[in-house]
Amino acid sequence: MKIAVTSTGGSMDALVSEQFGRCQYFLIVDPETMKFEAVSNLGEQMQNGAGPKAAELIINKGAEILLTGRVGDKAEEALKKSGIKIVDGYKGTIKVKDAVNSYLSK
Amino acid sequence: MIISIASGKGGTGKTTVAASLASVIPESVYIDCDVEEPNGHLLLKPEFISEESAKKLLPQIDQEKCTFCGKCVEVCEFNALINLKFEIVLFDEMCHGCGACIYFCPSKVITERAKEIGVVRVGITSAKIFFADGVLNIGEVAATPLIKEVKKNIIEGKINILDSPPGTSCCMVETVKDSDFCILVTESTPFGLNDLKLAIDVLKTIGVSFGVVINKYDPSFTEMENYLNENSIEILLKIPFERRYAESYSEGILPLDKYPELKNAFRVLHKRILEKVEIVNAG
Amino acid sequence: MPDKSYKQIVILSGKGGTGKTTLSAAFAGLIKKKVVIDCDVDAANLHLVLKPEIINSYDFSGGKKAIIDPDKCVECGTCETVCRFDAINNFTIDQLSCEGCGFCFRVCSSDAIKFDPSKSGSYFECELPDGSKFFYAKLFSGDGNSGKLVSEIKRKALENISSDIEWVIVDGPPGIGCPVNASVAVADYVVIVTEPTVSGIHDLKRLIELLKTFKIRSGIVINKYDLNETIATQIFNYAENEKTPIIGSIPFDPEFMKALINGENVLEVNKNIQEEILTILRQLELQVEISVN
Repeated sequence: MKIAVTSTGGSMDALVSEQFGRCQYFLIVDPETMKFEAVSNLGEQMQNGAGPKAAELIINKGAEILLTGRVGDKAEEALKKSGIKIVDGYKGTIKVKDAVNSYLSK
Repeated sequence: MIISIASGKGGTGKTTVAASLASVIPESVYIDCDVEEPNGHLLLKPEFISEESAKKLLPQIDQEKCTFCGKCVEVCEFNALINLKFEIVLFDEMCHGCGACIYFCPSKVITERAKEIGVVRVGITSAKIFFADGVLNIGEVAATPLIKEVKKNIIEGKINILDSPPGTSCCMVETVKDSDFCILVTESTPFGLNDLKLAIDVLKTIGVSFGVVINKYDPSFTEMENYLNENSIEILLKIPFERRYAESYSEGILPLDKYPELKNAFRVLHKRILEKVEIVNAG
Repeated sequence: MPDKSYKQIVILSGKGGTGKTTLSAAFAGLIKKKVVIDCDVDAANLHLVLKPEIINSYDFSGGKKAIIDPDKCVECGTCETVCRFDAINNFTIDQLSCEGCGFCFRVCSSDAIKFDPSKSGSYFECELPDGSKFFYAKLFSGDGNSGKLVSEIKRKALENISSDIEWVIVDGPPGIGCPVNASVAVADYVVIVTEPTVSGIHDLKRLIELLKTFKIRSGIVINKYDLNETIATQIFNYAENEKTPIIGSIPFDPEFMKALINGENVLEVNKNIQEEILTILRQLELQVEISVN
């Protein structure tokens, strides 16, 4: 199982990004080992379509769960088609590792 | 003849000026190009005789035959397509219908279908003004294709009054670009002046001649006239700031239908514009 | 989970000229720990009232546009055949009609078409007289990239935001198109400024329909509410049906216009107006609290 987290930086100590399509990085985390891959999000620079493009990216990275602040309608549609579980409502004041831990402890 | 009415700033009275001018010109044509927020019908109250849906072409991907190679996604500049590897998903609102995905698909599995982006309504008012407007569907982000459709109602040989959306971006340019003359409506405030300058820049760039109507005119705001005089820009009309005009507008009644002094002012405006266009065409 | 430190409110109107910028400026004058962003990038006005000092300016490059290099062009005409926007004539591309799809660039077999992003505006990081940060932009005339610029200016304003900021005030663009969509992204609450006119209520309804797709709560301020009491009542009834609260109303006041003409903040006009705006702000704070929790 892989968990994708929207992040403002490339480490587990970075703060969560509340934006999905326009976050700076996705951290693709393996919760067993807490190892992660940081993927920079090209969607950050896009005129439009950033949300769906970001969805495409994490789908192709094999994520099954997404932790983020808020996901737009279009991205949500793509994520649901691929069976990714969306857990939203995370605030931009917590660290990525705390978001992952809080999800795992639920 | 095409006369467009524009203003950088919203709420300066563009629609009121456009509708008033249309109402003093016999057999005029009024076309509301502000498809995001069309308001002309509220003032001119036409009886609609037809309503047609305006469409754009969208790619239709045969998912059964698709190999998910991703070429279509690669050539789409608008990020309207994404590749889930088991399905190519299209986001309708983002597609400009350029056709590149169809052309470049190596398996030739993409065809096209039409999708409604809004409606174009045509009608006639009790004063025999020919009326057309466009209503953009909510959630649709690109207004220019609908503006192009609405503009197909321009009638050659008549005086066409085009009511532009506010701002100075693509939608405004699409509306005013082939006008014979453009009336810029502003108001006596620093906001009005600032946005007027932006609109003037656009018209100079695309080469449309213009004049200015100052609505909600207040003589104490001298910067407006100083600027216009210094730059030799003609003031076509000044409409004073009066609560009774605002009240009339609020009810959806053109102020000139209640107050004859305005009707005369718009008749004079009509004559002045005809002279201006003749000069432009002769020169 | 600790709370995010600031609340982001966006002021919108659908119809232009209802008082969006005036209200944004008044809020900015009353709130101390704030960042203010003018997202009406087509026709920015808030700086005229807030009188900021520019600290940094940034170039903005919008979408790509295609240009034909006449030295390389062999005049085969393929590009003209594929372009669906009638932008290509006589082997030149009309920059105003080009939508930036890149089709011509991809089909050109002589490598004669350049397809690069071009500078299409600037945006400014500023300081207000009270020391707060303010951001606004200037888009080149006729450009079609206002949505992207809105996203970019908001990102710039929110990165490295100081932790003691309590409010982010966003003055939004008119209409219901792409810049509006971009300006409400990640907002906590939308304030809709309307007026009791047939056009005002017409545009209000379209805006509320749009906001429903964004899952963001909103409240309405009726400006010039006594201009037409019948329509003001219609707005009240409509708002009730839509479960959207009326968070304030401001009377038609010639002194308001005077403040505009003089480029002053309406707060400076008189104590009454200041009281009215303060009441709206209290109501807004209450609504935002409800919506965040």
